[in-house]
Amino acid sequence: MNFQTQRTGRHARESIVFALLRAATYAILLCGTLIVGTIAFKGAPVLFKPSFPFINTTFLTSAPETLHVFEYDGRKMELGDREYRAFRGKLAADAAANPHSEIRIPHSEQSYVYSAGGIFPCIVGTLFLVTGSMVLALFFGVSSAIYLNEYARQNAVTRLIRLAILNLAGVPSIVFGLFGFGLFVIFLGWNVSLMAGWFTLAFMVLPVVITASEEALKAVPRGYREASLALGATRWQTIRKSVLPYALPGILTSSILGIARVAGETAPIMFTAAYVVRDQLPWQVAKLGDFLFQGVMALPYHIYVVSTKIPQNEYTERVQYGSTLVFLILVALIAAASILLRNRLRKKHQW
Amino acid sequence: MVSAPAAISSDSQTTTRMSAGNITFFPPQPASPASDGPGSESRAPGLIEIAGLDFYYGEKKALDGINLSIEANRVTAFIGPSGCGKSTLLRCLNRMNDLIEDAGIRRGSIKIGGADINARGVDPIELRKRIGMVFQKSNPFPKSIYENIAYGLRIQGFKNKAEIDSRVEASLRNAALWNEVNDRLHDNALGLSGGQQQRLCIARALAVEPQVILMDEPCSALDPIATAKIEELIHELKKRYTIIIVTHSMQQAARVSDRTAFFYLGRLVEYGGTRAIFMNPSNPQTEAYVSGRFG
Repeated sequence: MNFQTQRTGRHARESIVFALLRAATYAILLCGTLIVGTIAFKGAPVLFKPSFPFINTTFLTSAPETLHVFEYDGRKMELGDREYRAFRGKLAADAAANPHSEIRIPHSEQSYVYSAGGIFPCIVGTLFLVTGSMVLALFFGVSSAIYLNEYARQNAVTRLIRLAILNLAGVPSIVFGLFGFGLFVIFLGWNVSLMAGWFTLAFMVLPVVITASEEALKAVPRGYREASLALGATRWQTIRKSVLPYALPGILTSSILGIARVAGETAPIMFTAAYVVRDQLPWQVAKLGDFLFQGVMALPYHIYVVSTKIPQNEYTERVQYGSTLVFLILVALIAAASILLRNRLRKKHQW
Repeated sequence: MVSAPAAISSDSQTTTRMSAGNITFFPPQPASPASDGPGSESRAPGLIEIAGLDFYYGEKKALDGINLSIEANRVTAFIGPSGCGKSTLLRCLNRMNDLIEDAGIRRGSIKIGGADINARGVDPIELRKRIGMVFQKSNPFPKSIYENIAYGLRIQGFKNKAEIDSRVEASLRNAALWNEVNDRLHDNALGLSGGQQQRLCIARALAVEPQVILMDEPCSALDPIATAKIEELIHELKKRYTIIIVTHSMQQAARVSDRTAFFYLGRLVEYGGTRAIFMNPSNPQTEAYVSGRFG
C-alpha cells in the first residue's frame, strides 16, 4: 500500500487555512507588543532616570504645571511654573541688591501648559474613582447576582432583568457618561463629583460584575446548598456560609478585572467626575462631607486633555506617554492584586 | 424534643411565620412501636403517614396516589427502577422539593407525628432540623471534619465550644467514624475516602439530632467494604432513629430494611415487611423486579 502524501487540493487548503489561523493569532500578539512597546519606549524616559533613585519622583508626586522654556546665559532652560517664578524672584532680588550688576530678568519665551510637574493628582483621583466604583459595583452586582441566582424564581420578570443586564453591557460608554451627567450631576445635584463618577462607573461595570458573580455562584456545587438546607439552615445562612465563600474568588477576580478595564474609560467620567485641573488634592477638603462631592483629576481624562485639548509639541508628548505608561502600570497592578487575592482565597477554600 | 430558638425559625419562602410551639411535629409517642415485629401488619398510625399523594414536575405526574405509613425506629427501604418516584417521595418528606420550580404536591398529604408538613405556617427550616438527609453523592463541605459536623450546630445558634466539641465527638462516634478521624479533626474533609465522607455526612446529619434520617442511595458511589460499613451503621442507628433509605440495590434493601416499598412509574405497587416483599411478593410486578427480571 502507498501511504505517501498525495499532492491534492485537500492538503493545499489545509496549509493555507493553517497559515491564515496562525497569522491571525500572531497579528494579535504583534498589535499588543506594538502598543505596549511604543508606550514603554516613549514613556520610560519620562518615568525613569539614569541616576538614583532611577524613578522620576517629581513626575509621580507633583501636580501638573506650565512649562516655561527660555534662554538664559546662552543656555536653554526648561522650568516648571513654580521654579520659574522662584528663579525670576531670585534674579529680581539679586538685581535689587546690586543695582549696578547686569542681571537680566528673563521673560518666558515659550510656555506650554501641563508640560511640567507631574501627574500625582491624576493618580490619586483615578485610585479614588476605581476604589469607590469597585465597592459600589461589587455591592450592587453581587447582591443582584445572589438575588437572581439563589432567590428569584425564573419567570418573565427575571428574564426581563437579564435582558436589561445584557443591554446595559452593550451601551456605549459615552451614553453612560451622559446618563450620569443627567441623573447624578444635574438631577440629583451632586455636581461634577467623586460620587457621580463612582455611580456612573459602577453602573457601567455592573453587567460584568453580575454576569461574573452569577457564573461563580453557579459553579458552586448544588450539593453544598442541599446539605446546608437539609441541616435546617435558612437560604440566607446557606448562601452566606456555604455558597458565597466558595464563589468569592471567582466573583472578585472577574469583577476586579472588569473594574480595572472600566477605570480606563474616559467618557463616563468626563462629564461626571473629572476636572481638567484642580489645585487641591482630594483629602484637602474643608469638611468630610465635601469629600464625596468634589471633582478629581483622573489619568485617562488627563491623557485625553494633554493629547487633544492643548497645542501639541515635543513637551506635551512627554507628558502623554509618561502618563500612559503610569496608567498601564497602575491597571496592571490592580489586575495583579486581584489575581493574588483570588489565589489566596482559593487556597483558603479549596474544593 | 427541644424546641428550637424562635430567632432562627425565620423562613424566606413562606409568607407566614411559624409561631414557636404552634405546631409540634412529634408529640410524645405513648406506645413504643418496637413492640411490633418487623413483618407485622398492625395498622397503628405510623410516624409518617402519606395519604393520596400526587406530585408533579410541571405537568408531569411523578407520584400518583401514594398511601404509605412509615413506622418509627424502623428502616424502611424504597426500591424500584430509575424514575419510579422513590427519590421524589423521599425529598417530599423534608420538603427539599420546595427548591425545584414548578414542582409540587397537587393532592394528598404527608403527616409526620400527626402534623401536616405542608400546612400553612409550617416552616420547612424547622422541619428539616428534625428530618435529616444523606445524599447520593457524599457532599461534605470543603471545610475541616470538625467544622462539617459543627455546621448544623452553629446554624442553630450553638455558641458554647465545649458543647459543640462534645456533640461533634458524639456524632462521629455514632457514625462509627471517630476512631478513624479523631487525630485529624481539623484536616479538610475532602481528604477522606469516599466511604468516610459519606459517614461524615451521616454524622453531620446526626449532630442536629433529627428523629428521621432520609438516605438517598447513600451507597451508590461506594465500594463493597464502605457499603458494608454504612449498612452496619444503619443497623446501629435504627435503635434511635427512623430511617428511610432509597436504594437501587435489592440486596441492600433486603439486608438493611425492616419494611420495603416497591415503586413503579410513580405508583406504590407493594409495601410490606421486607421478608414478605422479597420472599413472597403478592404483586407480579414486584416479583418480577425483586427477582431481577426487569428494572
